[in-house]
Amino acid sequence: MSLSSNHLLGLKDVPKEDIQLILDTATTFREVLERPIKKVPTLQGKTIVNLFYENSTRTRLSFELAQKRLSADTINFSKSGSSAAKGESFKDTVRNIEAMKVDMIVCRHESAGIPKYLTQISNAKIINAGDGRHEHPTQGLLDMYSIREKVGRLAGLNVCIVGDIGHSRVALSNIYGLQTMGANVSVCGPSTMIPWGMEDFGVKIYNNIDKAMAENDVLNVLRIQLERDAGVLIPSVREYHTYFGITQERIQKNNPNILILHPGPINRGVEISSEVADGSSQIILNQVTNGVAIRMAVLYLLGTKSEE
Amino acid sequence: MEILLKGLRLFNPEQNMDINSDILIKDGIIEKIGNVDLSNHSGIKVFDFSSKVCVPGLYDMHVHLREPGGEDKETVISGSNSAAAGGYTGVACMPNTNPAIDSAEVVKFITDRAKDHLVDVNPIGAVTKGRKGDALAPMLELYDAGAVGFSDDGTAVKTASLLRNALEYAKMIDSPIIEHCEDESLAGGSMNESSISTELGLPSIPTVAEDLIVMRGILLAEYTGGKIHIAHISSKRSVELVREAKSRGIDVTAEAAPHHFTLTDECVRAFDTNYKMNPPLRQQKDVDAIIEGLQDGTIDCIASDHAPHSIEDKELEYIYAPNGIIGLETQLSLTLTELYHKGKLTLGQVVEKLAINPRKILNLEIPQILEGEIANFTILDLDIEFKYDIKSSKSRSKNSPFHGRELKGKSIAVINNSQIYVDGQFQNI
Repeated sequence: MSLSSNHLLGLKDVPKEDIQLILDTATTFREVLERPIKKVPTLQGKTIVNLFYENSTRTRLSFELAQKRLSADTINFSKSGSSAAKGESFKDTVRNIEAMKVDMIVCRHESAGIPKYLTQISNAKIINAGDGRHEHPTQGLLDMYSIREKVGRLAGLNVCIVGDIGHSRVALSNIYGLQTMGANVSVCGPSTMIPWGMEDFGVKIYNNIDKAMAENDVLNVLRIQLERDAGVLIPSVREYHTYFGITQERIQKNNPNILILHPGPINRGVEISSEVADGSSQIILNQVTNGVAIRMAVLYLLGTKSEE
Repeated sequence: MEILLKGLRLFNPEQNMDINSDILIKDGIIEKIGNVDLSNHSGIKVFDFSSKVCVPGLYDMHVHLREPGGEDKETVISGSNSAAAGGYTGVACMPNTNPAIDSAEVVKFITDRAKDHLVDVNPIGAVTKGRKGDALAPMLELYDAGAVGFSDDGTAVKTASLLRNALEYAKMIDSPIIEHCEDESLAGGSMNESSISTELGLPSIPTVAEDLIVMRGILLAEYTGGKIHIAHISSKRSVELVREAKSRGIDVTAEAAPHHFTLTDECVRAFDTNYKMNPPLRQQKDVDAIIEGLQDGTIDCIASDHAPHSIEDKELEYIYAPNGIIGLETQLSLTLTELYHKGKLTLGQVVEKLAINPRKILNLEIPQILEGEIANFTILDLDIEFKYDIKSSKSRSKNSPFHGRELKGKSIAVINNSQIYVDGQFQNI
């Protein structure tokens, strides 16, 4: 079994078999992570570059750890802002890294489309670690993995993504992946946070969190960007918490069995109350562990795939 | 010096002219239209243009020549060469240079650079000093130095009060204010706002950002009695606003760029920055509205918004890459291919949009095909089919999304200022 593509740029148009394969492979690696010696020699001799053009702590750490667990050689490259402002163009940077003979590039960039561009200028296998507001496929995969781990299935589940959908790269990857796996996906947030044309994505749209909670099995709660959103998209974080915050009271009232996911980092008291965050801490922290397993699975499947 | 152009179809809707004839040109002036007895003209140079169409020289009222300040991207001369190659005998260049065209000195610098060229270059002055939106530029002084209109292109005039005063002030010289229609607070994206921008995860610009400023311009033109010209109109709603304003007799004109009647935001899926421009590529309904607007006269003319950028600038990440594409050498062929050959516009309409109306808007003399007039023509081969190759471009920049596109119809020669451009060469005549 192998993936149908040489790259993981997003979850749009990724076939069900591929997603299934990644999730199943991750289950194997999840076991490895529980062993006393958490390392396998699978990618020994492979060189991977983590090309991070945007600040990221957890995603980079997660990828780096996954690479080390697979015995790959890794290099980290971090920069922020426009490549032009820093003197060397993105293309030149990539060409230089390419000349060092790397096998895979894991890329995070604030401009959408950069992973796709990488496939045009590089021979390495490309994994998108988040591009603009576009996609963040490994986050989508680990969210699906975490739901499946907890509930046992994805097909037929009602999953609602809550928060600033318009500025989120996690939302789209979740929508594509979950829909492919047969889940019913919806989004919930204040109308300013629901992007243009959302209805074209085959998702139900809620502006009422109580209704969304009552009608869904799973909530994937996105982080509210305090500095960016308040005053522009929402009047205040206080108002957001009052009308959209996930609280224990709301859970009790609407759906005591609802499963709460959060891709982190959490703003306690904004999108989610401390009480709920702590109550759901098992799965939220599990998401982090699962993230390493998912990234190991993706790296392994792409890294060992022979080019056709 | 004398030259004879043989076998032409002379076509000018402004003169109701459509005849087959030869033209004799002496020292750049039309000496004779009709049969010429060659025995009396020793040393005459003869060009055989059988079955080609001679129309008034084309004029592009919206180009960026980048000089002064951006000479790595384009110069007055390289841009003029590109214009000649594309079939143009005149262009109006936008003031977003460095320094901006906000003083008589910069106007004169540009016209001086262009003075020996076949292509007429008419600078457009800035509306505000440094295009900063603080205070009016010396519009009368700019006009006297040779500016033919005023614009803060790249952005809209910053405030309604400045635009109002600019419209009032420009009435003294009957000049249009050319508005780049984009509300600043709604702007700042990399592509049109639609479900495609949501899917691609790129920051977006809604059509209403354009529509608001179109409406502002129309209302202020109505209130002041000034002349407003809407640059690169791209949204369906804006076309409707202009149509309605014209029906009420408001002095508003509009131009559309070829990419806005040939491409849609679907193209952005490729993440190729040659599809990044401002206004951005819109949707099919907008494209249809632009074509309708051209057909019924709501949109007066076609202008390229020729915007050269260096390879290194355009190779930036999509959100950082600058807006704009070059267009002087594809504009005529795209118009002929997509509008004339598809029966959307008649040849008469094409000539009005490409040669007559832009000059009317800028109060420039319209070339006549008459004995005693200056020879200012474009010679068209309407039926030649070719594939556009960016390597053939005379521009210093190569940022075009039309590389490799199949086109039908192009200019094979232009004549103006006692020069002919034919077979890729300028010759004095």
